[in-house]
Amino acid sequence: MDSAFPLMANSGAAAASSSAKIAAHTPAMTTPGASTLRMKVTKLNFYYGKNHALHNVSMDVATNRVTAMIGPSGCGKSTLLRTLNRMHETLRHTRLEGEITLDGVNILTLDVTRLRRMVGMVFQKPNPFPKSIYENVAYGLRINGHKGRLDDAVEKSLRRAALWDEVKDKLHKSAYALSGGQQQRLCIARALAVDPEVLLLDEPCSALDPVNTAKIEELLFELKPSCTLVIVTHNMQQAARVSDSTAFMLNGELIEFSPTGTMFTTPSDPRTEAYITGRFG
Amino acid sequence: MATTPNATTPAELGWSPQALLRRMRGADEIAHLITFIAAATLLLITVLLVFQLWVHSAEARAKFGWTFFVTRTWDPVAGDFGALPFIYGTLVTSAVALVIAVPLGVGAAIFLAELAPPKLSSSLTFVSDLLAAVPSVIYGLLGVFLLVPLMRKTVQPALKSTLGFLPLFKGPTYGIGFLTAGIVLAIMVVPFVLSVSREVLLAVPRDQREAALALGATKWESTWKVVVPAARIGIFGSVFLALARALGETMAVTMVVGNNPMISASLFSPGYSIAAVLANEFSEATGNLYLSALIELGLVLFLLTFVLNGLARLLILVTTARGSGVLPS
Repeated sequence: MDSAFPLMANSGAAAASSSAKIAAHTPAMTTPGASTLRMKVTKLNFYYGKNHALHNVSMDVATNRVTAMIGPSGCGKSTLLRTLNRMHETLRHTRLEGEITLDGVNILTLDVTRLRRMVGMVFQKPNPFPKSIYENVAYGLRINGHKGRLDDAVEKSLRRAALWDEVKDKLHKSAYALSGGQQQRLCIARALAVDPEVLLLDEPCSALDPVNTAKIEELLFELKPSCTLVIVTHNMQQAARVSDSTAFMLNGELIEFSPTGTMFTTPSDPRTEAYITGRFG
Repeated sequence: MATTPNATTPAELGWSPQALLRRMRGADEIAHLITFIAAATLLLITVLLVFQLWVHSAEARAKFGWTFFVTRTWDPVAGDFGALPFIYGTLVTSAVALVIAVPLGVGAAIFLAELAPPKLSSSLTFVSDLLAAVPSVIYGLLGVFLLVPLMRKTVQPALKSTLGFLPLFKGPTYGIGFLTAGIVLAIMVVPFVLSVSREVLLAVPRDQREAALALGATKWESTWKVVVPAARIGIFGSVFLALARALGETMAVTMVVGNNPMISASLFSPGYSIAAVLANEFSEATGNLYLSALIELGLVLFLLTFVLNGLARLLILVTTARGSGVLPS
């Protein structure tokens, strides 16, 4: 139940997570089927002021897997996602109880900027900066004092986000000149540039058409060997297509968390079945 | 003008009362007409203003020509008039005002929009908006009774002993002069810079901040490298507003600037501004040439405001196009 190193000092934590980071980018070292835990949420309670938004949520995020969160609007799935890189702290009057660990280290003990470099995020609406394509990707590298050639790092990130071929001739054009789907892939490239261990995606396709949605889903498959992915989606077919395990949430509670195949064929909770068969939500 | 081409068939077009009424029936047409009249009135006022200034300054323009702009004397008795000291005084006091007010106003706006707790932010904004509404003569009184003695006894001697090697801070310390007028102007325009800058900073979408924070930016990195650049066109706008106000400010300037048509590199020196000389001498301008020269000064102030605003707008276009490869949207 408890994490492996609950009382680990910060310096030790840094060493542990950096070695884990090396492992994460060597896919051969993680054998399929026997994946390890990247993040672990234990008995999480979350409050917006007096509003109790998450009730006793516990779940695991497996390394180099896609974990999906589904549920009706307002069920707390986005809230849960945002606690994973402490984005909730940008709001006032929030309170978090319980424990979230990244590679065995409590994320509350980490420096928040360092945590967010390791746990990146892509938002619901594409939100590129009003800068050039190049500068968008380079932004995270610049603020983190990137050593080495910026050009190479930008190209690598754009390739990882499957955007390079479309934008390589207009890197210095405005990011706003891109289509919505391209903008969202640019946001993914921007997040990937700082080489996160985990990428959180908050309904990344909700503003996109089916063709661009398919491109993003394909991209998630390609990213899986090098990155752990957590995706919130209101689209159950999407969860079924892209994820390895799925969490179903309702009214701030985690109702069911199981391998995606099991969840969509033989759900164990009647509420899950009601939701995935479309009886509510 | 007041119709849209597809609103009526060609047969219904025309200016007969019936046709006009028919076209006016839709609320669109009426709204179009009323708003057009409102916009046209503004243009008409501007044109009339320039026209009047132009016509009534004819005598001075004919006598002095372009030398009006470069002549340093202002001698009503001898009938010799030149605008240079007033242009200089207007530009110097406005420049001093902006140098002080822009960092102060933008800094305060960043604090109130990004960093301060909401309650503190809204109460301080209220105070700032209140300051913007204080009549300028009150600021003039503040300048005369508080700032001038303070400048004469404390600030100017201190500046002289530390930065006295610069030509800017040489000469006798009267208390009145360019520096004091600039400071009074700065106090007056800070609320404008603050208020407009704060609004545009708050208008930067939340997702921009979140995008930066999610990349591991600190609060300050997100503010300084994402929010402020995104708001920079609006911040420039607040500076123009402040500049326009400073160039034209009359009462407070005339109370502390010294009202002496001098051109001196020292900010301690007394001077004069266009608006101040117009206010002071208009009522006692004897003779047509004197009056005409004053009106030409008014024309010069108008042109100065126009040109500086134009340059500022050009600056925006250039920096926006080059700075980020993004056009304003």
